[in-house]
Amino acid sequence: MAETPKPPAQATIEWPPAGRRRLIGQRISRLDGPAKASGRAKYSYDVNRPGMLHAKLVFSTQARARITAIDTSAAEKMPGVRAIHLILQPGAEVRWVGQEILALAADTEEQARDAARAVKISYEPLPHLVADVPPEQAGTERVQQLREQTEGDPDAGLQQADVIFEGEYGCAVITHCCLEAHGQVAEWNEDNLTVWASTQNVSGLAPQFAQGLQAAGIPVQASQVRVLTPVMGGGFGSKFAADTWGVACAALARKAGRPVKLMLERDHELLAAGSRPSMYARVRVGAKRDGTLTVWHSESWGTGGPSAAGTPNLPYVIGAGRNPVLPKRSRHTAVFTDIGPARAWRAPNHPQMCLITMCALDDLAAKLQMDPLDFFLKNLQYTERPEVYREELLKAADLIGWREKWRPREEALRAKGPVKRGLGLSLHTWGGRGHNSTCQVTIHPDGSVEVAIGSQDLGTGTRTVIGIVAAETLGLPLEAVTVKIGSNEYPPSGASGGSTTVGGVSSSTRDAATNALNQLLAKVAPALGVPAEQLEAREGRIQVKDDPSRNLSWKQACARLGTTPITASGQTQASLISSGVGGVQMAEVAVDVETGIVRVEKMVAVQDCGLIIDLKTAESQCYGAMIMGICYALYEEKIMDQLTGHCLNPDMEFYKLAGIGDIGELVVHMMTGPRYEERGVIGLGEPPVISPGAAISNAVANAIGVRVPYLPLTPDRVLAALEAKGGAV
Amino acid sequence: MAEQPKREKTPRGGGNGLSRRDFLKGTGAAVSAGVLVTEDLLRAQTQRTSPVVGPGPVPVTLRINGQPRQLTVEPRTTLLDALRNHLDLTGAKKVCDRGTCGACTVLLDGRAIYACTMLAIDAARGQEITTIEGLAPQEQLHPVSAAFVEHDAQQCGFCTPGFVMAAVAYLRENPNPTYEQVTHALGGNLCRCGTYMGVRHAVVEAALRGKGGRS
Repeated sequence: MAETPKPPAQATIEWPPAGRRRLIGQRISRLDGPAKASGRAKYSYDVNRPGMLHAKLVFSTQARARITAIDTSAAEKMPGVRAIHLILQPGAEVRWVGQEILALAADTEEQARDAARAVKISYEPLPHLVADVPPEQAGTERVQQLREQTEGDPDAGLQQADVIFEGEYGCAVITHCCLEAHGQVAEWNEDNLTVWASTQNVSGLAPQFAQGLQAAGIPVQASQVRVLTPVMGGGFGSKFAADTWGVACAALARKAGRPVKLMLERDHELLAAGSRPSMYARVRVGAKRDGTLTVWHSESWGTGGPSAAGTPNLPYVIGAGRNPVLPKRSRHTAVFTDIGPARAWRAPNHPQMCLITMCALDDLAAKLQMDPLDFFLKNLQYTERPEVYREELLKAADLIGWREKWRPREEALRAKGPVKRGLGLSLHTWGGRGHNSTCQVTIHPDGSVEVAIGSQDLGTGTRTVIGIVAAETLGLPLEAVTVKIGSNEYPPSGASGGSTTVGGVSSSTRDAATNALNQLLAKVAPALGVPAEQLEAREGRIQVKDDPSRNLSWKQACARLGTTPITASGQTQASLISSGVGGVQMAEVAVDVETGIVRVEKMVAVQDCGLIIDLKTAESQCYGAMIMGICYALYEEKIMDQLTGHCLNPDMEFYKLAGIGDIGELVVHMMTGPRYEERGVIGLGEPPVISPGAAISNAVANAIGVRVPYLPLTPDRVLAALEAKGGAV
Repeated sequence: MAEQPKREKTPRGGGNGLSRRDFLKGTGAAVSAGVLVTEDLLRAQTQRTSPVVGPGPVPVTLRINGQPRQLTVEPRTTLLDALRNHLDLTGAKKVCDRGTCGACTVLLDGRAIYACTMLAIDAARGQEITTIEGLAPQEQLHPVSAAFVEHDAQQCGFCTPGFVMAAVAYLRENPNPTYEQVTHALGGNLCRCGTYMGVRHAVVEAALRGKGGRS
């Protein structure tokens, strides 16, 4: 998420204008699609090396305890066991069920699992807290007030309000649940280490491995660590680090003198490999009779596990603008629990802030007896992008049929039968400026082209975007370019987080390809009898701009390089990228008030992200984010048992994800064309995943006439909310 | 929710993963997993040649993608682990390892099964096992795989081979499905990136082209 201002380039580099783009903005199938859809793509989990051992972890079964003894004597004698590596020593304190204590490697996976079971850990239990409780119930040693902020005059704002609504909202801790578990294969060749890691951070992992191994008494430098991630099976913000299991895997490989594979088992993946913090808030919000907001008050809290997980900025989007300032007072308190650490989860803090804000405003609109669409339109002056949101709200309303379908809450509930329908909406925002990226483009004398970046493709389409930009810049078909990513032997590029990758790699590729092309043009200019500035690369030719009949084919031009290829590098270019998007989503739901089951019937996402490189994968990001949003709105929750300190659903049967039948009809509309494209490239990974929870919760409130305060909107919560209101009808 | 049959949630856990077989039987209704498992056991018993194996590693021969493959595995080794750890056939993915997510889907005598819920020794009785590697010759794409590429029915791609195999098995028996039927039939596979929209389109289009599963 770090903003990366760049020194100004010597000559401002630009994207080709709209009429001159051949590939950028088209719907193009992802380059690694055939390898993935045929099962040939080799993920870290799929790497099998000669003589490879399988490793398993032994992790804490206590939410909080001191380790009094670690007895590996039985495990050491088990068949096939080759090495054991202690991660924690006796005397250490464990802080969550699933915290890694040791790893061991054996000839087969079955043997490793047997040996892990034979390890005996003794604990002295300590008091734990795994329940998601408000600060006043957590005990003073477990809370930390992070921020209290006041803007404008919130007391005057309360007095100006004709209508005030007070409510409580929140969402549970959820996990990342990457389908490819965290982990890696590690192999030593003398003092050099190769790691096939499932990571979002190919260029940044080697120093972490070196540091971790040094601490474990294995001297190795970052320059001796090669990291390979040609494809990876999902990260969502949870795979930036070498992690204890990465270091343990490399240490086991060192001790055993054999390659070792250590991928987390599914339970451990859900217990310890990342979660999204919960967030709850008591909100008081007021408006004038005409719907104009006058004030926001919120008292929020949440848990990121053993440490705080950032301070929310409430209210969200509406009230974030500076002109005018919405009077507000907000306070946030972190609650520390023993549930395992939070990790960045796609748009950190935004889905939670969005839920709290948009639900409170929706409830206020209901109290005002206003259509929320009118209410939100009325208050766009409090956002940073009133015009963008206005356009997106109206587009989304059109696509879902808001004006025809929307009914006030009371009316929806009077509908015949147990199934009630409702509509809800939400707005979101994200930054997404490009990270630091370095790209190297090589043009070979035979005409072949390589583009190398130490980046990674999480499934977002990064590899394809790089290829499109290079091919566009060089005037070549996409197939003429070979994209090389997923290795730290390529030029360094940032970790893939915060929607910063597409800005980084697209602009560094544009820069590198432009630099390489300029060298080629200089080389062939004499043959075409014009200065290099008068040449361009179009449709597989190098031609004179004013007289395309004077040209060389790409192959002929490259042949003039003799035996030496051209290499040129490029870096992230501020002139090609921007930051800050809007986005609107609307949901239509059906709620059965007898069973409490919520079904998403239709969802619309209207999203801007500046200049789109590949429309097909951009739309996929939005569809995927809406589905991920349906998952956390309706199903996902890391359910903790305070008595035992254990997570009750560390598996995929009871940690629910939406299936293909749970998603309804989804509609994506990307904002393109003038006013959007000239902003340059802006990341898209986070924005569309922010609004679904709020939009769906608002739709449910519209359908059943009462707010279900907490996500996920499970049947028991829906029925409880109806019951509290006095029944369904 | 009774008045909305299309919203019926597809069971997909453990034995429930057998819901695909419901479709193969053309019932469309939830069939007790226990019944199917019992049928499997009865069939297995009649085919059994050696009543007791193990506990140590035992030699088995699996018929995979038309070839007999000999390997030595412990009796408790799942078909999935045998494929991935012993034969380097890694198209079937290990995700939940509990018959919930479908990422390990392979075909056993043409029927989609979760390879994590079957022991390798139970798959070594002459059944024909088809993994995604056996769908199309190297450098070629099966039409269903090609439709997945065309409709971007994949992001990280880790669930994709399982979806492709489930779709291939389904289309062989149901060459002209509707969107709703595809949605029900593939309820035994889970995706985290959220590629279901593309999957629906890909499977229906593969069927429309009349190529599904018949390459």
